[in-house]
Amino acid sequence: MTETVAGREIGSARRRSEDARLITGRTQWTDNLQLPGMCHVAFLRSPYAHARITGVDAAEARQRPGVVAVFTGADLADEQGSLPCAWPVTEDMRHPDHPPMAVDHVRYVGEPVACVVARDRYAAADALEAIDVDYEPLTPVLDMEQAVADGADLVHADLGTNSSYTWVFENGDLDAALRDAPVLIERRYVQQRLIPTAMEPRAVVCAPEGDGFTLWSATQIPHILRLMLATVTGIPEHRLRVIAPDVGGGFGSKLQVYGEEVLALLLARRLGRPIKWTESRSEGNLTVHHGRDQIQRLTLAAERDGTIRGLKVDLLADMGAYLMLVTPGIPLLGAFMFNGIYKMDAYSFTCTGVFTNKTPTDAYRGAGRPEATFAIERLMDELAAELDLDPIEVRRRNWIRHEEFPYDTIAGLTYDSGNYEAATDKALHLFEYDTLRAEQADRRERRDPVQLGIGVSTFTEMCGLAPSRVLGSLSYGAGGWEHASVRVLPSGKVEVVTGSSAHGQGHETAWAQITADRLGVPFEDVRVLHGDTSVSPKGMDTYGSRSLAVGGIALVNACDKVVDKARRVAAHLLEAAEEDLEFTGGRFSVRGVPDQARTIQEVALAAFAAHDLPDGVEPSLDSDATFDPDNFSFPHGTHLCAVEVDTETGFVRIRSYVAVDDVGLVVNPLIVEGQVHGGLAQGIAQALYEEAVYDAEGNLTTTTMADYLIPSAADLPHFVTDRTETPATTNPLGVKGVGEAGTIASTPAVVNAIVDALRPYGVRDVPMPCTPERVWRALNEQEGSA
Amino acid sequence: MPRVRIKVDGVTYEDEVEPRLLLVHYLRERLGKVGTPVGCDTTNCGACTVLLDGLSVKSCSVLAVQADGREITTVEGLGPGGELHPMQRAFHTEHALQCGFCTPGMIMASIDLLRENADPSEAEIREGLEGNLCRCTGYQNIVRAVRRAAEEMRQAPEREVTS
Ligand code: FES
Ligand code: FES
Repeated sequence: MTETVAGREIGSARRRSEDARLITGRTQWTDNLQLPGMCHVAFLRSPYAHARITGVDAAEARQRPGVVAVFTGADLADEQGSLPCAWPVTEDMRHPDHPPMAVDHVRYVGEPVACVVARDRYAAADALEAIDVDYEPLTPVLDMEQAVADGADLVHADLGTNSSYTWVFENGDLDAALRDAPVLIERRYVQQRLIPTAMEPRAVVCAPEGDGFTLWSATQIPHILRLMLATVTGIPEHRLRVIAPDVGGGFGSKLQVYGEEVLALLLARRLGRPIKWTESRSEGNLTVHHGRDQIQRLTLAAERDGTIRGLKVDLLADMGAYLMLVTPGIPLLGAFMFNGIYKMDAYSFTCTGVFTNKTPTDAYRGAGRPEATFAIERLMDELAAELDLDPIEVRRRNWIRHEEFPYDTIAGLTYDSGNYEAATDKALHLFEYDTLRAEQADRRERRDPVQLGIGVSTFTEMCGLAPSRVLGSLSYGAGGWEHASVRVLPSGKVEVVTGSSAHGQGHETAWAQITADRLGVPFEDVRVLHGDTSVSPKGMDTYGSRSLAVGGIALVNACDKVVDKARRVAAHLLEAAEEDLEFTGGRFSVRGVPDQARTIQEVALAAFAAHDLPDGVEPSLDSDATFDPDNFSFPHGTHLCAVEVDTETGFVRIRSYVAVDDVGLVVNPLIVEGQVHGGLAQGIAQALYEEAVYDAEGNLTTTTMADYLIPSAADLPHFVTDRTETPATTNPLGVKGVGEAGTIASTPAVVNAIVDALRPYGVRDVPMPCTPERVWRALNEQEGSA
Repeated sequence: MPRVRIKVDGVTYEDEVEPRLLLVHYLRERLGKVGTPVGCDTTNCGACTVLLDGLSVKSCSVLAVQADGREITTVEGLGPGGELHPMQRAFHTEHALQCGFCTPGMIMASIDLLRENADPSEAEIREGLEGNLCRCTGYQNIVRAVRRAAEEMRQAPEREVTS
C-alpha cells in the first residue's frame, strides 16, 4: 500500500496549464499546419438526398490552373474500402457498404462524389465548379415511421428494408404491470436531430513520412482512428502515426472515422505529397455526424399513490444513410437508463434502427442517455400531474434511497452509490422552491399573461465508459480500458503519458494534479503528454465521461507502481526494511528516524545511475498501467429550472436554473464547474433552440450558423451550481465523471418547466425545440379544442 | 494584383493579394498569424475577431485589400514583451475557456466591449458578446472574466490596448 499526501493538489482549483497557449494564440490547430509541397483538397458533394450517379466528367476541372489532380469515387473504388462500424449490435444487423467517396449511388445531401487536389484552397474550390455529375434522382426516405411501414421506398435497395436492427431488453412481468396498474401514462416524444457544432471545424493533414504516413486530425480518438485507418486502407498499422494536436471541442462529433480522413491518407499515398483539408462550417453541418433523432413511444404504469410498476419503451432511432463508427449502439446506451433513479419491477425496451436519406447520426454529448433521461423525467412530471402530486414528491416515492445502495436496477445495472435525497434537498434550498411555487400559484390566480413554470430533473447517467466485458457482451468491437505511463526523469521531473485525448477538458492540469499528489512532487514538475500515437502508444481516447473515471485511475495505478518501486530502491539506499519506510510529501523516511530519508527525486537519480540497485531491480522508476473498470460510474444530481412563459407570444425566458451535481470526488472544482456550465448550455439549447431541419426533398435547411442556432451569451441565464459528494465505490479515487451531466439533466428540466407553466391551459407537451411559435401553438391548439 | 500595406501586431507587411482574399486567410496563410482561427463561413461565430484600427471586426468579413494602410491587432499582439493583457489574464483566472477555439475572438471582442463601456453589467456583457459563439463554457465564466478585466483596467487605465 502506498500512503499519499492528503489532497494538496487534488481538490484544488488550479488554473489550467493549457490556457497559456490558448489565450495567446500559440495554439496548434490542425488547420494551422503548413508543410512543404502541401496540397489542398476540396470535395464536390451530392446535392441530392437520394440518387444514382450516372456519369462524372472531370476533364475540364483537371485543366484548371493550380489543379494537381481530380478523383471521382470510381477512381478510388479499388482502394478506398468501406468506412467502419465497430458496433454490430445484433447478429443480423444490416450493415450497408459505406464508401468514403460515393461511387454509383448517393444517399444524403453532402455525400462526397469527387474531389479536387490543388495548390491552394481557393483553386481547389474553384475547380469543383468544372466537374459535371449526372444524377438520376430517386425518392428520398425521410420519415422514420413511414420508412418502416410496408411498401416504403428503400435507402439501400439491396437490404430489402430500411430497418437496420431491432434490439430488445426485457426484465420483469411488464404485461402484468400494464394490465393491473390503475394509472397508465402513454406518451410519444420526439428527440429532434441535433448538430454537435464543435467550434473548431474538422480538419485533417496527411503527409508521407519515410516508409509511412503521419496524419494530423481534429479528432477525439487518435488511437482508434489509427487502427481503423489501417483496417480500412490496408496500410499496416505500424506505418501510421496519428496526431490529434490542439482540438477545438468535439462533443462526440470527433469520435468518428470520417471519409475525409481516409481519403486524405489515400491521396497522400497516391500523390506522394502532404494533403490538407479543412471543412467550411456549411460543409460541416451537412457531413459531421448528427445526434439524437429518436421517436419514443412510452408507457409508464403506476399505482394511485404514485408507485411505479413498470415502463415500456419503444424507439425508432434514425441511423441516417449509413452506420458510422458507433451509430447503432448510441440508442442502446440509453437502454439502461430509461428507468432513471427509480425502482420498478418490470421494464421493456425495444429499439429499431432506421435508415433514412439523411446525414448519419452517432455520438453527441450524452449519447443515448439524454434521450432516456428526457423520457423518464418528462414522464415523472406527467405522472405527478395526473395524480395531483408535487413532482418532487412523486420522485421521492420511487427513487432508490441512499441506504439501499448498491442497488441492482431493473435495467440490469448495479448503481454503486448515490444520495438523491441530499442533492435534492440542497437544490430545493438554493432554488427557493416553496417561494417560487407560491409565486406560481399567485400568477395562476391572477391569470397573469406571463406564467411561471418549475421543472424538475433528478437524473443519473452511466459514465466511465466502460467495463470491457460489458462492451464485449454488447458486441462492441473494442474494450473500454485506459492506459497511462509515468516517466520519472533523471532530474526528478515527471512526464505523464495518457491514452485519453483531451480536446478542451483540461487533462494537462488535472493529470498533473493527480500525479503531484501521488508522487509528492511539485505540480510544475509534471508535464502531461497525449494525443500522438508515437508518444502515447496505447489508448482508448476521450468520450463518454470516461477520462477521469477510467484514464485517471490508470494514472493513479501507474503512479502507485512508481512509488512501490522507488520504495524498494530507497530501502536499499537507506539500508532499511521496506516496511519501515514512510512515504509522505515525496520523501521516503525511516519510521522513527525522520532525518534518514531520500526524496523521490534522489531515488529517481539513483535508479537512473543504477550504480547500486537491489538485486533484480531494473534501472529507472518508469511505470505503465492500465485500468479496466468493473462497473460504470453513476453521477447524479437534481436540476431545477424556473421559466417565465409569455402566453401571448409563446416566448420562454429562463428565470433561474439550479444544478446540484454529484460527480463523486472532485479533482479540480474549477474544471468541474466549467463542464457543468457547458453541458447545461447544450442541454438547454436542445430544449429551446436547436434542430437540424430537412425539407421535403431531403435538403438540410440549417447548414449555416445563421440557420442552426447555437445559443449566444445573451440567450443563456446565469446558472447556480453546487455539488454533493458521494464517492464512487468502484474506483480508488471515488470519481465518477462530469462531461455529460449538464447536457443530460437540463433538457427535461427546461421542458418540464415550460409544460408546468402551461398546464392550467391544458397543455401536456411542447415539442422541442420549444420555440415561441411552438409554445404558442401548443397553447392555442389546446384553447381551440377546449 | 493589388498591393497592400498592413501593419499587423506592430510589424508592417507589404504584399500582393488577390482582391477576393479574406483578411483572415491573409493573416493565417500569408503571414502565419495562425492565432486567429476560422469557425464559420457566414460571419456568425466571431472566432476570427481582430482589432482594425482599434475596433473589433470579424476578419472573415473583411477583405485583405480593405485593410490596406490600416493597423491590425490579433490576439498574438496583445501582450508586448510576453506580458499578458488584463483580459487574457482574466480569461485564465476565471476559467473562461475550455477548448480555447473561440478564445482569441472572444478576448478581442471583450476588449472592444470595454473600450465602449468600461463598467458593463452582466446583461450588457452578454449582449455585447452576442456575436461571439462558444460551444464549451456556457458563457458564465466569460462574463466573469470580462467583469474582472474591467475592474482591473479601471484601476490601471493607462494600459494601452493596441500594440
Ligand atoms: S470565422 Fe466565424 S465570424 Fe469569422
Ligand atoms: S472554449 Fe471551446 S468554443 Fe469556447
